[in-house]
Amino acid sequence: MTTSDFLHSKTAAVLTVVLVLLCIWYAGAVALNTPFQRDQDVRDKVERSTGDFVTATLNQKRPVLPAPHQVAVEIWQTTVEKKVTSKRSLVYHAGITLSSTMLGFLIGTVLGIVLAAAIIHVESLERSLMPWIITSQTIPILAIAPMVIVVLNAIGVSGLIPKAMISTYLSFFPVTVGVVKGLRSPDPMQLDLMRTYSASSFQTFWKLRWPSSIPFLFTSMKIAIAASLVGAIVGELPTGAVAGLGARLLAGSYYGQTVQIWSALLSAAFLAAMLVTIVGFADKAVRRRMGMVQ
Amino acid sequence: MTDTEATAAARGAGSAGEGSAFRVIEARDLCLTFETNDGPVHALSSVDLTVDRGEFVSFIGPSGCGKTTLLRVIADLEQPTSGSISVNGMSPEEARKARAYGYVFQAAALYPWRTIAGNVALPLEIMGLDKAEREARIKRNLELVNLAGFERKFPWQLSGGMQQRASIARALAVEPDLLLMDEPFGALDEIVRDHLNEQLNRLWDRTNKTVIFVTHSIPEAVFLSTKIVVMSPRPGRVHDVIECNLPRERTLDIRETPEFLEIAHRVRDGLRAGHAYDDE
Ligand SMILES: Nc1ncnc2c1ncn2[C@@H]1O[C@H](COP(=O)(O)OP(=O)(O)OP(=O)(O)O)[C@@H](O)[C@H]1O
Ligand SMILES: [Mg+2]
Repeated sequence: MTTSDFLHSKTAAVLTVVLVLLCIWYAGAVALNTPFQRDQDVRDKVERSTGDFVTATLNQKRPVLPAPHQVAVEIWQTTVEKKVTSKRSLVYHAGITLSSTMLGFLIGTVLGIVLAAAIIHVESLERSLMPWIITSQTIPILAIAPMVIVVLNAIGVSGLIPKAMISTYLSFFPVTVGVVKGLRSPDPMQLDLMRTYSASSFQTFWKLRWPSSIPFLFTSMKIAIAASLVGAIVGELPTGAVAGLGARLLAGSYYGQTVQIWSALLSAAFLAAMLVTIVGFADKAVRRRMGMVQ
Repeated sequence: MTDTEATAAARGAGSAGEGSAFRVIEARDLCLTFETNDGPVHALSSVDLTVDRGEFVSFIGPSGCGKTTLLRVIADLEQPTSGSISVNGMSPEEARKARAYGYVFQAAALYPWRTIAGNVALPLEIMGLDKAEREARIKRNLELVNLAGFERKFPWQLSGGMQQRASIARALAVEPDLLLMDEPFGALDEIVRDHLNEQLNRLWDRTNKTVIFVTHSIPEAVFLSTKIVVMSPRPGRVHDVIECNLPRERTLDIRETPEFLEIAHRVRDGLRAGHAYDDE
């Protein structure tokens, strides 16, 4: 590969972006951690060279903004070097969050599809249901989550289910909107064809509307699964939950463990990227089976 | 008795027995006006039409004269504004619900996620036919339109003309007594078109189906039809009905005969007159 090929390749583009982000991050870390470091040095009466000072700002125990390598080390220590069953393993916490994400996502997707099917078949539902569905999404999830968790706890439901419900709450919406659009996407001639066969609305649904909506469904599911993850993390916050990425975030902020907060954040971002990618693969596979990918 | 006389007698007997009593289509004073943003469009204006069982009727006329609209009214895909129409003695809606006809659309309208065989199978699945019967019909009808071997291809892997042939196979697979075909051969090359014209003529002759056929080609209309309905535009109406009493079974050579050319000439005159009418 020549240099110019490399510069134009996708890998090069991604690497460049990562590199730029890292530089900004390091610069930010130095800038944000400087005041504390200066105070500290004045208090300890330490004199440092500039290089030494910069190194110190990047290796504080509780920095305002941890440096990338600190987060990397923390993630390494809490994943590879810990047993998966350990309470201090990030994999363990990610697993907890993942399970409620998946449960919430599945319920949300099914609910979204059912609502969409109902909406396109019963015209009055569109007018009566859609405003509520939209309103539901304008209420901040942070306001709702504690209520749901606390109320469910009061009636004895705790653990996975309440968190999954928050995920469902966030994920059903994009699925409903996308699938309604998909179910309405067949063109008039395709629908006329069904009419000439005197097909029942059930047959029209399964043989025309549903297959037409598949691409829309997958696009919505990519949004929904990321939203589910957010829901699961938010759901872990209010009860001062003991496990999950949300709990790690919360515990980190109680004790000023910024490195822990950032490593949990990055793990969540990584998890989201993985989930969206997996949905993307499923999308491709299904479309190939349906003859829709050249 | 000569052959021709025998056929004529047989046909006469047939129509006296049940044919004349059996009106497939009966339209009286049919009007259809589309309300559009820039005023009403008179797609059909007092159209009278009768089609008996076993007839092959072609609609011919300039673009926009309401051929598709008339076909869609028969198929209960469009509601007339006024006038009456019956299909098989029923309302178009009842006829549609009884699956009285097969419809070939002006565009192929194949479902992209189904293979060619899957597309032909679609109406058969809806009718609830069993798998063996479906497969037999798929095979037979794809062969009829020269698409054997393309069963597992997806529509986008076929040319426009092949897609159109697949859609014809799909309509034929239903094996309806009444076939409504909207420019089915419009997208085909001349040779394939000739071949399918012959096939369609043979199918019609053999099965005694009733066919209503929209075309822009005068030779095609004359070759296939027992009756040619010449339509004219703005407002869409029936300008002339030309009987086309060539023998039922036809070969392509018939197109060179004086009788054929005579009828073709009358159709052309009718089309011209329809246009002139329009210019006034
Ligand atoms: N759904 C509709 N809404 C409004 N106007 C329509 C509609 N469908 C057809 N028309 C109008 O009705 C008239 C007849 O249309 P139609 O499709 O029947 O013509 P056609 O004879 O089939 O033409 P072509 O040979 O081009 O297929 C045209 O002027 C067309 O613009
Ligand atoms: Mg037309």
